[in-house]
Amino acid sequence: MVKADSYLSVKNLSKFFGKFLALDDVSIDISAGEFVCFLGPSGCGKTTLLRCIAGLEVQSFGTIIQNSEIISGLPTSQRDFGIVFQSYALFPNLSCFQNISYGLENLGWDKKDITKRVEELLLLVGLSDHSAKYPSQLSGGEQQRIALARAIAASPNLLLLDEPLSALDAKVRVHLRQELKSFHRRLGLTTIMVTHDQEEALSIADRIFVMDRGKIMQFGTPEDIYANSSNPFVANFIGMTNFIEGKVLNEKVIKIDDKQIDCIGHGFAKGTKVLVAARPECIQLSKKITKNIFNGKVADVEFLGSFLRIYLETSIMPNQRLIVDKPMVGDFDKSISVGDVVGFKMLPTHLNVYECDE
Amino acid sequence: MLGLKSKPLAADKSDKIGRVLVFIYLALFFCFLVLPLFALMSKSMQNAEGVFVGLENFKVYLKDPALFKSFFHSLFVAFVSTVIVVCLGFLYAFALQCTCIPLKGFFRVVSLIPLLSPSILAAIALVYWFGNQGVFKELLLGNSIYGPIGIIMASVYWTFPHALMILSTSLSLSDARLYEASDALKASKLRTFFTVTIPGAKYGIISTTFVVFILVFTDFGVPKVIGGNYNVLATDIYREVVGMQNFQMGAVISIVLLVPALLAFALDQFSRKRQASQLTSRAVVYVPKPHKLRDNLLLCYCLLITVLVFLMLGMAQFGALVKFWPYNLSLTLKHYNFEVAGLGWDSFYNSVRMSLYAAFFGTIIIFIGSYLIEKMRSDKTLRDVLQMIALMPMAIPGIVLGLAYIFFFNMKDNPLNFIYATMIILVINTIVHFYTVSHLSAITAIKKLDSEFESVSLSLKVPIYKMFFRVTLPVCLPTVFDIFIYLFCNAMTTVSGVIFLYSYDTTLASVSSIHLDEQGDVAGAAAMAMLIVYISFLVRGIHTIVSTFLMKRTQAWRNI
Repeated sequence: MVKADSYLSVKNLSKFFGKFLALDDVSIDISAGEFVCFLGPSGCGKTTLLRCIAGLEVQSFGTIIQNSEIISGLPTSQRDFGIVFQSYALFPNLSCFQNISYGLENLGWDKKDITKRVEELLLLVGLSDHSAKYPSQLSGGEQQRIALARAIAASPNLLLLDEPLSALDAKVRVHLRQELKSFHRRLGLTTIMVTHDQEEALSIADRIFVMDRGKIMQFGTPEDIYANSSNPFVANFIGMTNFIEGKVLNEKVIKIDDKQIDCIGHGFAKGTKVLVAARPECIQLSKKITKNIFNGKVADVEFLGSFLRIYLETSIMPNQRLIVDKPMVGDFDKSISVGDVVGFKMLPTHLNVYECDE
Repeated sequence: MLGLKSKPLAADKSDKIGRVLVFIYLALFFCFLVLPLFALMSKSMQNAEGVFVGLENFKVYLKDPALFKSFFHSLFVAFVSTVIVVCLGFLYAFALQCTCIPLKGFFRVVSLIPLLSPSILAAIALVYWFGNQGVFKELLLGNSIYGPIGIIMASVYWTFPHALMILSTSLSLSDARLYEASDALKASKLRTFFTVTIPGAKYGIISTTFVVFILVFTDFGVPKVIGGNYNVLATDIYREVVGMQNFQMGAVISIVLLVPALLAFALDQFSRKRQASQLTSRAVVYVPKPHKLRDNLLLCYCLLITVLVFLMLGMAQFGALVKFWPYNLSLTLKHYNFEVAGLGWDSFYNSVRMSLYAAFFGTIIIFIGSYLIEKMRSDKTLRDVLQMIALMPMAIPGIVLGLAYIFFFNMKDNPLNFIYATMIILVINTIVHFYTVSHLSAITAIKKLDSEFESVSLSLKVPIYKMFFRVTLPVCLPTVFDIFIYLFCNAMTTVSGVIFLYSYDTTLASVSSIHLDEQGDVAGAAAMAMLIVYISFLVRGIHTIVSTFLMKRTQAWRNI
């Protein structure tokens, strides 16, 4: 069923490249005006999904519905969207003005209307002075803004962004992503952005679809996905997570090593082997070591500006180091150094528990 | 759960046009390349009455020692010429790329001069220098220039620029960081040369070897003029077909010529692929530092080559102007009257017309074809087939293609029979013969375009063919000009492709030159060959002026 408020619905979409299954029975619903991110590692199918929506790839199975119309059989030129690519794909021999007006001319717009619209768009992206320049005269960030102006020139109802910020410098990237967000707020345009950068997705999206191996692993608001990752892949891909093996004792207690920890209801039967996922910032260190808390030896300390990242060697994670982040403010004792033995405990409300598959 | 399999997208206008074009290209290639070659092959397995006899003709060929000997002659001259050209070319390319000699631009231009002249020009000049009445006849110590010596010398002259272009490209790609590392490790200059320079140019050297080998192995003009009694495969084909009307044997020898050429071509393709993968990392461009001894020696070497090039060109021109070589050395223009019927100025004008047509239509066909292969979205298999066929002409010797055309288009029941003995067949033959190199340079230029231009254009509702004229073509204009001039110069100078295909009304300058020489009018042959050089120079000059002017107007975005 298509939800009443769904602007774009992808239903049971699959895509094969030869024998490789790039999209595996994907279904999503996107509401009008939403800013959505497809997030995942390279090869997870996120770009393929975007290109199917654009008609640049043909799905093997399934349907796509946009604005109550089935579009999955339509060629690209008959679909309603604008697109921005990672490479900008600005036409090098046309000026910024000509690039933006490129589609409008073909739609038979009046010359005066075109000039008015292009000037409006240049103003929107803050590049009014660059109208006559060629793309090669602009910086990467400026080129990407022209590409954005070109994509929305004919006022499409859907904006597709294919890794639009990946080719830019770190600082420009952060700046432009805030700008993208503010364009979206002003224009209210339904937007889908593909990215492999989880920080980018978390900071910009209303909702995130996390993908892996052609499947949607989880979707939800950034906060939701970060705090309540529904499987180890998402927990590991979004932010950092320590995975610790344990065994269920009862509804609220899990046994790790010879100690017990509390956590909020997880729904697994007694005796199930589980993975407890703890974010680095949800682990508290203490200098005192008592019987009830875990301990570990400091193997390395990284200073990362606003916080310290501490790597611990501990018996509960035999093959890996436990990562703990400590903000550089408050009452924390900064004298921690390599070789110290410290105690730590995990905050029960911030743990996620997954069934451990062998 | 998988639902019903999705149908392919409804095609929009661009896709439909693209698909129709792909089929047209396939049909054209089929008619003008595949079927003629097929006709050639079937001819080689027929007797004089046209009855299929299997490999009977090949047995006859193998039993005839005179014919079989030519095969080794061809191998021998090709092998020796290749070794000499690769050595000379490498040294010259090294001087241009890896040293600090002055006048590099001048030397580069000089080295490309032989491209503007027909290959027979060198042979004619050599006759004047070393022939029976030659100036330096004694230098050959009693050996005759008519034979392997002459063939090799002339071949070295005309294949030199081909070798140089590949070699200097591969040397220009050498990575400065490797030189710095070698310096830092205290390696001597010589050691650096053998451990960095040579391995870096390895694939270039291999590629040059194959290319030059094919060129000499399959060449017709040079052995025809200066081969004397030293028969090679290409002249055998000509003699069997034109002299003895033994078409079957001509077809057999063509196949004997074709097989090694195909082999060398396949090996070359293989080595080029290896090179491409070697170049993926980002190299830092090497800037040579002065080294007095090396630079001076190589400057002398380049000057020597320059002198040799001018001696060849100059002697051909001098010979064309001399009243009666070597007895009356006063100058005259009478050899430009071309008194032999049918071989005069008409053939020159025919050549110019033919070359203009071939360059004009060839450029359009080749560029659009490359674009289809590279950028169309559907019909991948068909496009792969097209790409494969487009590479074929490079491996097919001109004389073989020409003979294949006779067999195919001269068939009475062939609906395309009407193009036989017309200008059209000469133009088509020339375009097909020189298709591959132009095709590859077009592909290279198109590959540099952002792969998403088509997607962007479709998303903006602009059909691909509009984008092609608005963006693709303007951006690739320099390459388009290069293809035009490449086709023009080759069409002017080619002999082997068209030697079987001209008619009384469509004689060509290069063919005339050969026939004038055949009839003993060496001065006339030289005069005609020099005319080709001058027109090539002229057109190249016009090309430079026009393209600089157009560049300023259309490529302004490039240099900002």
